Amino acid sequence: MNCDEFVELVTAYLEGALPAETERRFVEHLAECDGCDRYLDQIRTTVRNLGHLPAQGLASDARDRLLAAFRDWPAT
Amino acid sequence: MADTALPADAVVVARLRARDETMFAALIDAWSPAMLRAARAYVADEHTAQDVVQEAWLGVLRGIDGFQEASSLRTWVYRILINKAKTRGVRDARTVPGLGVTDDDHGPTVDPARFRGADDPYPGHWRSSPPAWPSPEDGALAAETRRQLADALAGLPARQRVVVTLRDVAGHSSDEVCELLSISAANQRVLLHRGRAALRAVLEQHWVKEATA
Ligand SMILES: [Zn+2]
Repeated sequence: MNCDEFVELVTAYLEGALPAETERRFVEHLAECDGCDRYLDQIRTTVRNLGHLPAQGLASDARDRLLAAFRDWPAT
Repeated sequence: MADTALPADAVVVARLRARDETMFAALIDAWSPAMLRAARAYVADEHTAQDVVQEAWLGVLRGIDGFQEASSLRTWVYRILINKAKTRGVRDARTVPGLGVTDDDHGPTVDPARFRGADDPYPGHWRSSPPAWPSPEDGALAAETRRQLADALAGLPARQRVVVTLRDVAGHSSDEVCELLSISAANQRVLLHRGRAALRAVLEQHWVKEATA
Protein backbone atom coordinates (compact mmCIF):
# COMPACT_ATOMS: atom_id res chain seq x y z
CA MET A 1 0.00 0.00 0.00
CA ASN A 2 1.18 3.54 -0.76
CA CYS A 3 0.86 6.49 1.60
CA ASP A 4 -1.54 8.35 -0.71
CA GLU A 5 -3.90 5.36 -0.57
CA PHE A 6 -3.43 4.94 3.18
CA VAL A 7 -4.54 8.48 4.04
CA GLU A 8 -7.85 7.96 2.19
CA LEU A 9 -8.62 4.78 4.15
CA VAL A 10 -8.02 6.16 7.64
CA THR A 11 -11.69 6.82 8.46
CA ALA A 12 -12.89 3.48 7.10
CA TYR A 13 -10.17 1.84 9.21
CA LEU A 14 -11.21 3.68 12.38
CA GLU A 15 -14.85 2.77 11.65
CA GLY A 16 -13.92 -0.89 11.29
CA ALA A 17 -15.35 -0.76 7.78
CA LEU A 18 -12.38 -1.99 5.73
CA PRO A 19 -12.60 -5.36 3.96
CA ALA A 20 -10.32 -7.87 5.72
CA GLU A 21 -7.72 -7.96 2.94
CA THR A 22 -7.50 -4.14 2.74
CA GLU A 23 -7.28 -3.88 6.50
CA ARG A 24 -4.37 -6.32 6.51
CA ARG A 25 -2.50 -4.21 3.92
CA PHE A 26 -3.38 -1.04 5.86
CA VAL A 27 -1.99 -2.40 9.14
CA GLU A 28 1.14 -3.72 7.40
CA HIS A 29 1.79 -0.31 5.92
CA LEU A 30 1.15 1.36 9.26
CA ALA A 31 3.79 -0.86 10.89
CA GLU A 32 6.51 0.18 8.45
CA CYS A 33 5.72 3.84 7.66
CA ASP A 34 6.48 6.56 10.20
CA GLY A 35 4.72 9.24 8.12
CA CYS A 36 1.43 7.35 8.00
CA ASP A 37 1.73 6.34 11.66
CA ARG A 38 1.98 10.05 12.48
CA TYR A 39 -0.86 10.93 10.10
CA LEU A 40 -3.21 8.42 11.75
CA ASP A 41 -2.15 9.65 15.17
CA GLN A 42 -2.92 13.26 14.15
CA ILE A 43 -6.37 12.26 12.89
CA ARG A 44 -7.01 10.59 16.26
CA THR A 45 -5.76 13.71 18.07
CA THR A 46 -8.09 15.84 15.94
CA VAL A 47 -11.08 13.63 16.77
CA ARG A 48 -10.20 13.59 20.47
CA ASN A 49 -9.98 17.38 20.58
CA LEU A 50 -13.33 17.72 18.80
CA GLY A 51 -14.85 16.00 21.83
CA HIS A 52 -13.46 18.78 24.03
CA LEU A 53 -14.17 22.00 22.16
CA PRO A 54 -14.60 25.12 24.29
CA ALA A 55 -18.09 24.65 25.74
CA GLN A 56 -20.42 27.50 25.02
CA GLY A 57 -23.83 26.78 26.46
CA LEU A 58 -27.25 28.34 26.26
CA ALA A 59 -27.49 32.00 27.18
CA SER A 60 -28.42 32.24 30.84
CA ASP A 61 -31.77 33.98 30.18
CA ALA A 62 -32.76 31.20 27.77
CA ARG A 63 -31.70 28.61 30.34
CA ASP A 64 -33.76 30.36 33.01
CA ARG A 65 -36.82 30.45 30.72
CA LEU A 66 -36.51 26.72 30.04
CA LEU A 67 -36.23 25.87 33.71
CA ALA A 68 -39.27 28.05 34.44
CA ALA A 69 -41.22 26.28 31.66
CA PHE A 70 -40.17 22.94 33.12
CA ARG A 71 -41.27 23.96 36.58
CA ASP A 72 -44.70 25.00 35.31
CA TRP A 73 -45.16 21.98 33.05
CA PRO A 74 -48.14 19.97 34.26
CA ALA A 75 -47.42 16.41 35.36
CA THR A 76 -49.44 13.82 33.45
CA MET B 1 -18.01 13.39 26.12
CA ALA B 2 -19.54 15.95 28.39
CA ASP B 3 -22.45 13.70 29.37
CA THR B 4 -20.46 10.85 30.91
CA ALA B 5 -21.66 12.07 34.30
CA LEU B 6 -25.32 11.60 33.38
CA PRO B 7 -27.13 8.48 34.61
CA ALA B 8 -28.59 5.87 32.22
CA ASP B 9 -31.42 6.92 29.89
CA ALA B 10 -34.11 5.11 31.89
CA VAL B 11 -33.11 7.01 35.03
CA VAL B 12 -32.95 10.38 33.27
CA VAL B 13 -36.35 9.84 31.64
CA ALA B 14 -37.96 8.74 34.90
CA ARG B 15 -36.62 11.82 36.67
CA LEU B 16 -37.79 14.15 33.92
CA ARG B 17 -41.25 12.59 34.07
CA ALA B 18 -41.18 13.11 37.84
CA ARG B 19 -40.39 16.79 37.02
CA ASP B 20 -36.96 16.72 38.65
CA GLU B 21 -35.70 20.19 37.73
CA THR B 22 -32.09 19.42 38.71
CA MET B 23 -32.07 16.60 36.16
CA PHE B 24 -33.44 18.85 33.43
CA ALA B 25 -30.83 21.51 34.24
CA ALA B 26 -28.02 18.92 34.14
CA LEU B 27 -29.22 17.68 30.75
CA ILE B 28 -29.46 21.18 29.30
CA ASP B 29 -25.99 22.03 30.53
CA ALA B 30 -24.42 18.80 29.28
CA TRP B 31 -25.93 18.71 25.80
CA SER B 32 -26.61 22.31 24.74
CA PRO B 33 -23.01 23.19 23.69
CA ALA B 34 -22.85 20.42 21.06
CA MET B 35 -26.50 21.05 20.09
CA LEU B 36 -25.64 24.70 19.43
CA ARG B 37 -22.79 23.68 17.14
CA ALA B 38 -25.04 21.26 15.25
CA ALA B 39 -27.86 23.83 14.92
CA ARG B 40 -25.39 26.45 13.72
CA ALA B 41 -24.75 24.42 10.54
CA TYR B 42 -28.40 24.95 9.54
CA VAL B 43 -29.09 28.57 10.49
CA ALA B 44 -27.64 31.97 9.71
CA ASP B 45 -26.17 33.04 13.03
CA GLU B 46 -25.40 32.21 16.62
CA HIS B 47 -28.49 33.98 17.90
CA THR B 48 -30.79 31.86 15.74
CA ALA B 49 -28.95 28.71 16.84
CA GLN B 50 -29.70 29.70 20.46
CA ASP B 51 -33.40 30.04 19.54
CA VAL B 52 -33.42 26.66 17.81
CA VAL B 53 -31.83 24.88 20.76
CA GLN B 54 -34.29 26.52 23.12
CA GLU B 55 -37.20 25.41 20.91
CA ALA B 56 -35.76 21.92 20.80
CA TRP B 57 -35.69 21.71 24.61
CA LEU B 58 -39.31 22.86 24.72
CA GLY B 59 -40.06 20.07 22.23
CA VAL B 60 -38.33 17.65 24.59
CA LEU B 61 -40.52 18.90 27.40
CA ARG B 62 -43.65 18.38 25.29
CA GLY B 63 -42.60 14.91 24.21
CA ILE B 64 -40.89 13.40 27.24
CA ASP B 65 -44.00 11.79 28.73
CA GLY B 66 -44.58 9.96 25.46
CA PHE B 67 -40.93 9.13 24.74
CA GLN B 68 -40.49 5.49 23.80
CA GLU B 69 -37.05 4.07 24.34
CA ALA B 70 -36.68 2.71 20.83
CA SER B 71 -33.74 5.04 20.30
CA SER B 72 -31.36 6.56 22.82
CA LEU B 73 -32.61 9.67 24.60
CA ARG B 74 -29.86 11.71 23.01
CA THR B 75 -30.72 10.59 19.49
CA TRP B 76 -34.36 11.43 20.15
CA VAL B 77 -33.39 14.89 21.42
CA TYR B 78 -31.22 15.46 18.34
CA ARG B 79 -34.03 14.37 16.04
CA ILE B 80 -36.15 17.13 17.55
CA LEU B 81 -33.24 19.56 17.26
CA ILE B 82 -32.55 18.82 13.60
CA ASN B 83 -36.25 19.15 12.71
CA LYS B 84 -36.40 22.54 14.43
CA ALA B 85 -33.15 23.66 12.81
CA LYS B 86 -34.30 22.64 9.33
CA THR B 87 -37.65 24.36 9.76
CA ARG B 88 -35.93 27.50 10.93
CA GLY B 89 -33.38 27.36 8.11
CA VAL B 90 -36.18 27.09 5.54
CA ARG B 91 -38.16 29.91 7.14
CA ASP B 92 -35.10 32.16 7.02
CA ALA B 93 -34.56 31.18 3.38
CA ARG B 94 -31.27 29.56 4.23
CA THR B 95 -30.15 26.68 2.11
CA VAL B 96 -30.54 23.70 4.37
CA PRO B 97 -27.47 21.56 3.88
CA GLY B 98 -28.12 18.84 1.37
CA LEU B 99 -26.57 15.75 2.84
CA GLY B 100 -25.74 13.95 -0.33
CA VAL B 101 -22.17 13.59 -1.45
CA THR B 102 -21.39 16.24 -4.07
CA ASP B 103 -18.55 16.92 -6.50
CA ASP B 104 -16.70 18.63 -3.66
CA ASP B 105 -16.56 15.34 -1.85
CA HIS B 106 -14.32 13.56 -4.32
CA GLY B 107 -10.62 13.75 -4.95
CA PRO B 108 -7.68 13.49 -2.55
CA THR B 109 -8.02 14.80 1.03
CA VAL B 110 -4.27 15.33 1.30
CA ASP B 111 -2.45 17.57 -1.21
CA PRO B 112 -1.00 15.22 -3.88
CA ALA B 113 2.18 17.35 -3.86
CA ARG B 114 2.93 15.84 -0.44
CA PHE B 115 3.58 12.48 -2.09
CA ARG B 116 6.38 11.34 -4.42
CA GLY B 117 5.66 11.25 -8.15
CA ALA B 118 5.47 8.35 -10.56
CA ASP B 119 9.14 8.71 -11.56
CA ASP B 120 10.34 8.33 -7.96
CA PRO B 121 11.58 4.96 -6.66
CA TYR B 122 8.81 5.21 -4.01
CA PRO B 123 5.83 6.64 -5.87
CA GLY B 124 2.85 7.58 -3.70
CA HIS B 125 4.95 7.78 -0.52
CA TRP B 126 5.38 10.88 1.62
CA ARG B 127 8.04 13.28 0.32
CA SER B 128 8.57 14.07 3.96
CA SER B 129 6.52 12.90 6.94
CA PRO B 130 3.82 15.20 8.28
CA PRO B 131 5.53 17.51 10.79
CA ALA B 132 5.10 16.56 14.44
CA TRP B 133 2.64 18.58 16.54
CA PRO B 134 3.51 20.03 19.94
CA SER B 135 2.91 17.87 22.96
CA PRO B 136 -0.74 17.84 24.05
CA GLU B 137 0.27 17.83 27.73
CA ASP B 138 0.66 21.59 27.62
CA GLY B 139 -2.69 23.01 28.74
CA ALA B 140 -2.33 26.33 26.92
CA LEU B 141 -1.49 24.54 23.67
CA ALA B 142 -4.49 22.26 24.07
CA ALA B 143 -6.75 25.28 24.53
CA GLU B 144 -5.23 26.93 21.44
CA THR B 145 -5.70 23.71 19.44
CA ARG B 146 -9.37 23.58 20.40
CA ARG B 147 -9.95 27.21 19.49
CA GLN B 148 -8.39 26.63 16.08
CA LEU B 149 -10.46 23.49 15.66
CA ALA B 150 -13.73 25.23 16.57
CA ASP B 151 -13.05 27.91 13.93
CA ALA B 152 -12.07 25.33 11.32
CA LEU B 153 -15.21 23.28 12.01
CA ALA B 154 -17.34 26.37 11.45
CA GLY B 155 -15.63 26.80 8.06
CA LEU B 156 -16.39 23.30 6.74
CA PRO B 157 -19.05 22.77 4.05
CA ALA B 158 -22.35 22.43 5.93
CA ARG B 159 -22.90 18.74 5.23
CA GLN B 160 -19.41 17.81 6.48
CA ARG B 161 -19.87 20.12 9.43
CA VAL B 162 -23.13 18.45 10.46
CA VAL B 163 -21.69 14.95 10.27
CA VAL B 164 -18.44 15.80 12.11
CA THR B 165 -20.39 17.68 14.78
CA LEU B 166 -22.83 14.83 15.36
CA ARG B 167 -20.09 12.19 15.40
CA ASP B 168 -17.04 13.78 16.99
CA VAL B 169 -18.38 16.73 18.96
CA ALA B 170 -21.67 15.23 20.19
CA GLY B 171 -20.49 11.61 20.21
CA HIS B 172 -23.20 9.81 18.24
CA SER B 173 -22.46 6.45 16.59
CA SER B 174 -22.37 6.15 12.80
CA ASP B 175 -25.69 4.24 12.87
CA GLU B 176 -27.30 7.05 14.85
CA VAL B 177 -26.02 9.71 12.46
CA CYS B 178 -27.24 7.78 9.41
CA GLU B 179 -30.66 7.52 11.05
CA LEU B 180 -30.76 11.18 12.15
CA LEU B 181 -29.78 12.51 8.73
CA SER B 182 -31.34 9.78 6.58
CA ILE B 183 -28.07 9.10 4.76
CA SER B 184 -26.32 5.87 3.85
CA ALA B 185 -23.40 4.51 5.86
CA ALA B 186 -21.14 5.08 2.84
CA ASN B 187 -22.16 8.75 2.51
CA GLN B 188 -21.78 9.30 6.22
CA ARG B 189 -18.26 7.92 6.07
CA VAL B 190 -17.25 10.03 3.07
CA LEU B 191 -18.47 13.23 4.74
CA LEU B 192 -16.83 12.33 8.05
CA HIS B 193 -13.57 11.43 6.32
CA ARG B 194 -13.38 14.64 4.33
CA GLY B 195 -14.30 16.77 7.31
CA ARG B 196 -11.75 15.17 9.63
CA ALA B 197 -8.99 15.32 7.01
CA ALA B 198 -9.68 19.02 6.38
CA LEU B 199 -9.59 19.75 10.12
CA ARG B 200 -6.32 17.88 10.56
CA ALA B 201 -4.87 19.91 7.68
CA VAL B 202 -5.92 23.18 9.33
CA LEU B 203 -4.22 22.16 12.58
CA GLU B 204 -1.10 21.16 10.66
CA GLN B 205 -0.95 24.55 8.90
CA HIS B 206 -1.42 26.25 12.23
CA TRP B 207 1.46 24.41 13.89
CA VAL B 208 3.75 24.89 10.89
CA LYS B 209 3.05 28.62 10.95
CA GLU B 210 3.67 28.76 14.70
CA ALA B 211 6.96 26.89 14.31
CA THR B 212 8.25 29.31 11.67
CA ALA B 213 6.89 32.48 13.30
ZN1 LIG C 1 2.87 5.63 4.47
